[in-house]
Amino acid sequence: MDPIAVTMLRWIPLLPLAGAVVNGLFGKAIQRRAGKGAVAAIAVAPVVAAFAVSVAVFLRLLGLDPERRLLLDVVWRWLAVGSLRVDVAFLADPLATTLLLVVTGIGGLIHLYSTAYMRDDDAYWRYFAYLNLFTFAMLVLVLADNLLLMFVGWEGVGFCSWALIGFWWREPVNTGAGNKAFIVNRIGDTGFVLGVFALFWALDAAGHGTLVFRDLQRHAASLDGRVLLGVPAATLVTLLLFVGATGKSAQIPLHVWLPDAMQGPTPVSALIHAATMVTAGVYMIARLHFLYALAPATLAVIAGVGAATALGAATIGLVQNDIKRVLAYSTVSQLGYMFLALGVGAWTAGVFHLVTHAFFKACLFLGAGSVIHALDHEQDMRQMGGLRTALPVTFSTFLVAALALGGMPLTAGFFSKDEILWHAWSSPYGSALLWGVGVVGAALTAGYVGRQVLLVFFGASRVEARRAAQVRESPPAMTGPLVVLAAGALLIGFLGVPESLGGANPFAAWLSPVFASEHVDAAHAAEAAHDARLEWMLMAVSVAMAAAGAGVAYLIYRRPAGSADALAAIAGGAPYRLLLNKYWVDEIYWAIFGRGTFALARAGAWLDARIIDGIVDGSAAVTRAIARLEGGFDARVVDGVVNGLAAATYALGGRLRRLQTGHINAYLYVVVGAVALVLIARLF
Amino acid sequence: MPGVPLEHVLFVGLVLFALGLYTVLTRRNAIGILMGIELLLNAANIDYVAFARYSGTPTDGQIFAIFVIMLAAAEAAVGLAIVLGIYRNFESIDVDATHSLRH
Repeated sequence: MDPIAVTMLRWIPLLPLAGAVVNGLFGKAIQRRAGKGAVAAIAVAPVVAAFAVSVAVFLRLLGLDPERRLLLDVVWRWLAVGSLRVDVAFLADPLATTLLLVVTGIGGLIHLYSTAYMRDDDAYWRYFAYLNLFTFAMLVLVLADNLLLMFVGWEGVGFCSWALIGFWWREPVNTGAGNKAFIVNRIGDTGFVLGVFALFWALDAAGHGTLVFRDLQRHAASLDGRVLLGVPAATLVTLLLFVGATGKSAQIPLHVWLPDAMQGPTPVSALIHAATMVTAGVYMIARLHFLYALAPATLAVIAGVGAATALGAATIGLVQNDIKRVLAYSTVSQLGYMFLALGVGAWTAGVFHLVTHAFFKACLFLGAGSVIHALDHEQDMRQMGGLRTALPVTFSTFLVAALALGGMPLTAGFFSKDEILWHAWSSPYGSALLWGVGVVGAALTAGYVGRQVLLVFFGASRVEARRAAQVRESPPAMTGPLVVLAAGALLIGFLGVPESLGGANPFAAWLSPVFASEHVDAAHAAEAAHDARLEWMLMAVSVAMAAAGAGVAYLIYRRPAGSADALAAIAGGAPYRLLLNKYWVDEIYWAIFGRGTFALARAGAWLDARIIDGIVDGSAAVTRAIARLEGGFDARVVDGVVNGLAAATYALGGRLRRLQTGHINAYLYVVVGAVALVLIARLF
Repeated sequence: MPGVPLEHVLFVGLVLFALGLYTVLTRRNAIGILMGIELLLNAANIDYVAFARYSGTPTDGQIFAIFVIMLAAAEAAVGLAIVLGIYRNFESIDVDATHSLRH
């Protein structure tokens, strides 16, 4: 089935690019002459337009036969080297279109929110230039029809993430966080690149060298049984690509950059570090699911990493005091759930959670931003409390999104998370252990988000007096997106109501042309033989666990102060400190890699100073000695010969000079005497 | 044929040469030396003419003699110019005054 050729897709990334270029090159002048409103209009309009085009693409696909839902926009031939053919081409299938709507839709809302949130910043134009550039890169990543172009977007979002985390660059801690994010991502990206190389290598050996997704899917089977470097090729390739995904999507062990990334402006955290960029790893694996289906070992690794991340990050989230850091660990944890879904072969569930998470987590971040905005950049939840009356819109939307995150029934998070947990239990790749970890994580999730809601919005106000006086609800440009996202967090889940609950699950049907490929989707196979009663029971357990988590949070944080402190002091406070310090992962990494690098550098410096410099200095000394010898030879022997010759000539001249008396008569006597002698000699 | 034999003419040349040589060797006056040189040249001229007279080809010797006269004129001109130069430099025409090239 060939894709339908169109030219509309290129406009989706190009519009934000145009906004980025205009604001990036002329934004400063525009801001000075025409004001921040003009800058905001230039930035928001292209994203809204891109959303409109995305909707048009969606409707176009919807109008097609499910099997024909594939649009291709070839812009130009990029590379043609050997058997490698890469085009700059954009592909829209149901999966890409889902992400398109999320990126442009939620991205547009966050752009709108930013116009108010960043109102007081002088570098308004720079902020929006980066934000638009990010949108462009993310759309390239989503729409790319081959791995190489996807990598361009992949790196582009990484760059914009770096630029926006360190946006307030006057604080060294911000630029440090940006650098950390960038460097940790480099580690993952190295894996990604190696994965791409290995994939092409293995496929080329099989005679199908390509990086284009459609061709990859067609020829994926030729990887079967092929061995690369002693490892099955499919396993090696997918593992390397998964390393890239752990970097971009902040999974253990490369999760350390995401919490630090909270140094960026809050809308950036919402857009890049919750809704879009960090889900790139999930998207990439979903895109290449046909490769992962060939590598059960990799799937096991993904499921394990995902479950561990989901649980570990949730425990850390329980004790953090920074309103954004709680959400950051929550994001890491929720991404873990997505990888858990992918790891058990439940592609649709993973992508569905990606979408619902984008809504409720963006809403939570923007709500946190609204709180921070109202409290004049206070982020410590211990300095909040009782804000529900002062910030009614923020409170109600935050609460809705928190319920969705906590997995309360009928919210979006409930449907998507229980879908994942069900597959973790029932899939051939799943197990009771994975399910158990997921359920415990769900309880912790409800616990930390409940704690957050209680600390921020309930109880007595602990806001500093000077701030408390000026707390007021944010402007409509900020509350508007909050309301839309909260509505999404409530309603988007109904797109994926599982059949066991009487839903038609239109989301799964929409994605089925992508995932129901020639490989039998393990999850779907499991679903066919699906025990509705079991699913109900598992659902009830997870809801009960979540409710218990929220209830415990309520008991601890609604009681008079002290019960939380008492809890923290259990076992001498050791568990509390362990969590508060994030399992000391940063410190361990610093001890191993930071100090290791320094030690290596010192060893290198020593080597340089002693050995290399010694060799260089030694050779210089030898040269100098030789030069001194040569100089001596020159001064004594060569100069001696020359000077001796001169001295001899001079001495001879001195002697000969005596003959020249200057007395003409004397010369004449000599002449006459000589002639006389000659005559005498002749005559006798 | 001539009454004067060759030996007599040669004897006059010899005497003239000896006088010239003596003048050149003994005079310290530069002009005196030049005059002695004139005597030497003319002694040679007498011999040329005499040998020309007694040989088979008389013109050869005579032409040589004319050359020598011409040469003597040139020599006198150059010699006197040198003497004049010496006088300007040393305020003397004593040839012993001109040994300043020594050392």
